[in-house]
Amino acid sequence: MKALSIRNLRKTYNNGFEALKGIDLDVEVGDFFALLGPNGAGKSTAIGIISSLVNSTAGSVSVFGYDLQHQRTLAKQCIGLVPQEVNFNQFDTVKGILLNQAGYYGTPYRQALERTEYCLKQMDLWDKRDTVSRRLSGGMKRRVMIARAMVHAPKLLILDEPTAGVDIEIRRSMWKMMQLVNQQGTTIILTTHYLEEAESLCRNIAIIDQGQIVENSAMSTLLARLHVDHFVLDLAAPLITAPFIEGYKIELVSDKVLEVSVPKENGLNNLFFQLSQQNIQVVSLKNKTNRLEQLFMDLVEAKGQTQS
Amino acid sequence: MNNLIAFRTIVIKEIFRFIRIWPQTLLPPAITTALYFLIFGKLIGGRIGTISNASYMDYIVPGVILMSVISHSYANVVSSFYSTKFQRNIEELIVAPVPNWVILGGYVTGGIVRGLLVGCVVASIAQLFDNIAVQNWWITLSIAFLTATLFALAGFINAVLAESFDDISIIPNFVLTPLSYLGGVFYSVTMLPDIWQTISMGNPILYMINAFRYGFIGVTDVDIGLAFMMTGGFITILTLFSLYLLHKGTGIKN
Repeated sequence: MKALSIRNLRKTYNNGFEALKGIDLDVEVGDFFALLGPNGAGKSTAIGIISSLVNSTAGSVSVFGYDLQHQRTLAKQCIGLVPQEVNFNQFDTVKGILLNQAGYYGTPYRQALERTEYCLKQMDLWDKRDTVSRRLSGGMKRRVMIARAMVHAPKLLILDEPTAGVDIEIRRSMWKMMQLVNQQGTTIILTTHYLEEAESLCRNIAIIDQGQIVENSAMSTLLARLHVDHFVLDLAAPLITAPFIEGYKIELVSDKVLEVSVPKENGLNNLFFQLSQQNIQVVSLKNKTNRLEQLFMDLVEAKGQTQS
Repeated sequence: MNNLIAFRTIVIKEIFRFIRIWPQTLLPPAITTALYFLIFGKLIGGRIGTISNASYMDYIVPGVILMSVISHSYANVVSSFYSTKFQRNIEELIVAPVPNWVILGGYVTGGIVRGLLVGCVVASIAQLFDNIAVQNWWITLSIAFLTATLFALAGFINAVLAESFDDISIIPNFVLTPLSYLGGVFYSVTMLPDIWQTISMGNPILYMINAFRYGFIGVTDVDIGLAFMMTGGFITILTLFSLYLLHKGTGIKN
């Protein structure tokens, strides 16, 4: 049984725009799965259909074996959704939001109270339980939405850009929370524009572009395809021209900064050896782009070229 | 069992909502109707005399109460459900396994409770000006309940179809209020010229107000059975239409 199984899912909006062109997707139970794609690619439409916010045009969706069309109640019971935008009642207290949500899922009041306390503590929000939600910071509102999605103990948690617009510190604390939730057995589907986030958290990945799945594989398999890494080197002394080293593409960005493309077969040791031979001392080094970001751009651009 | 818990959750949420903002929901009808009773009932009414052997004050009290029930049962659902749509927290209900009839039932029950509560507040105010006696409790309570149900449903449909805050004020201001005032709250339709009597018979609120007044003072311009049938018929039609809109996802799903 799959946590999520999608077959030939299509969506054409009333204005004729074809947002999904027949996608197939499987997510294993217990997975931490990334669904990536550029803006307008169809991610949110797919998530909208899975969570019943959007009516599909054709195709099927099953959640933990329950068909969304014919066993809607059972399928919905398995899903928790953290939407892109804050959508809780801004006049309710944090505790009230979670208790209401538990009630919608048929959770008896005593149990709802226990789950509310558990989820708010897990999201580090217990101290804010009686605060009216509109008074919370942006990061706290995001965490309230995660706590709300977890209050009925869903088997599948869908996170639609959960860290959008939050600072790096909160983002990293949210990553830890998400990892903990996943380790406790909840399957997670994550969409994000922070590819570093997907690379750090997710084991499997699908990339959607122009309504079609253009990549669906394990994260490690995808990253292994990357043949060239791009690095930025800070130098101890200024240079007038970029040095030439066989097998590496080197550009002088400014007098003390080099950009180097490093093919995997050549490696960094040889680069540093050659630079050292030319009396060029490197002070520090960093990745120019996130590795997944590079692949993502390659895949999306390749798809774009195929279309044109 | 799950549906019952979901239903109870929506109803409690709705009741807490209007109680939390009682200066906006419960206080204004008390003040407005107190002024009605003072000006129309006591000051002007004393000079009007009787209608159908009832004092003018006795005659207008049921209509004013039911007019408040109508406007507040409608207003509660239309404002609450539209705000839920506007803030997008309707998505909480759509994503959850809550059947459409539970969503509808929950919001409509919230509207009924507010409508009837406001009706009780207005009746209490009326008691300060007049000795109100109810001749037939069954007719009075049942028509109040059915009227609140009908207008809560109408408010729900308005909220589902509304695309802006303007859309939720058009019907109450330009349809409900005129129909209520022309529904015989302050006069008997028999006092009107024939042509206006005939036109008034096309106003459904006239039947509800007259049935409600019959419960209080035993006076009516219309057939009570027809009033019940008409109200019940409209409730059935609006319920089915509301469920159809929810099923289609009109205004709430993409």
